[in-house]
Amino acid sequence: MNIPYTVEERPDSGLANGKLGIWLFLASEVMLFGALFSTYIILRTGAPEWPHGELSVLLGAINTVILISSSVTMVLAWASLKLNDWGKHRLYLIMTFVLAGVFLVNKYFEYSEHFHEGQVPAHSTFFAIYYTLTGLHGLHILGGMIVMLYLLGPGAKMWKKNPDQFANRIEYTGLYWHFVDLVWIFLFPVLYLL
Amino acid sequence: MSHSDPAAVRKSINTYFMVGAALLVFTAITVGVNRIHLASIALAITVALIIAVMKGSMVAAVFMHLSHERKWIYGALLLTLAFWIVLMSVPLFTTMDNIGTPIRVPSAAPAEHKGR
Repeated sequence: MNIPYTVEERPDSGLANGKLGIWLFLASEVMLFGALFSTYIILRTGAPEWPHGELSVLLGAINTVILISSSVTMVLAWASLKLNDWGKHRLYLIMTFVLAGVFLVNKYFEYSEHFHEGQVPAHSTFFAIYYTLTGLHGLHILGGMIVMLYLLGPGAKMWKKNPDQFANRIEYTGLYWHFVDLVWIFLFPVLYLL
Repeated sequence: MSHSDPAAVRKSINTYFMVGAALLVFTAITVGVNRIHLASIALAITVALIIAVMKGSMVAAVFMHLSHERKWIYGALLLTLAFWIVLMSVPLFTTMDNIGTPIRVPSAAPAEHKGR
């Protein structure tokens, strides 16, 4: 039995089910990160002093550039499918995957440097919330990479039998990926600059 | 959806590149403003958050296609926004109530104040 409305739009919502599904998931993600941002505000306003300059602005800025670039390549991966250009789609999706990997490698070096200096989560309130926020964000990057790997590997077969459904899957992956980028756009100034 | 027309997609690709470039410029501005060391931390936070909101809006409107989406998506997001505002007000509630402030009771023994 086929799952209905994977490609065609529902008459009531005007949306394919996956589209509404991913947006509801992102809404729950807004609340998840929102709760942690709210925690950050409580911790910061309640702290007698808040450290400045503990993190490398250069590394944070480089990771911002990496994520923004990966958002561009992700949306281009989807647009290439819409133009029936499979080669470009693969190229852009691989680029997005590689950029995500570079982000995590960068983060690994950042974390290990802090750990080396004894700046573990128990070091201070700042580092506790820093590791919580960036750790959760990092897990989201990893999750996105797993989905991309699937779409580059076994999931790519769908393009032959059902190109529209495959394009939708790429679109939903993109929506998730842009959200992960959006979270970082707020994490960067909040943790690295202010 | 409106993006199925190849000509429209080609046009969108230019927009994606332009928005990507604008996001990088805004990132540079955020870092640059931070190096100036603004007069107060409140001003620095305000400026950084305004730029972040602008960047976030561009990602949502263009990359996530929210500039032309169905009303069900807008409805779901409006509901999310309402709950998000409540969530962000939690820190405010904690400063507005009197939880954690010592209650002075004249007849209470001094030892009871030490607990706080």
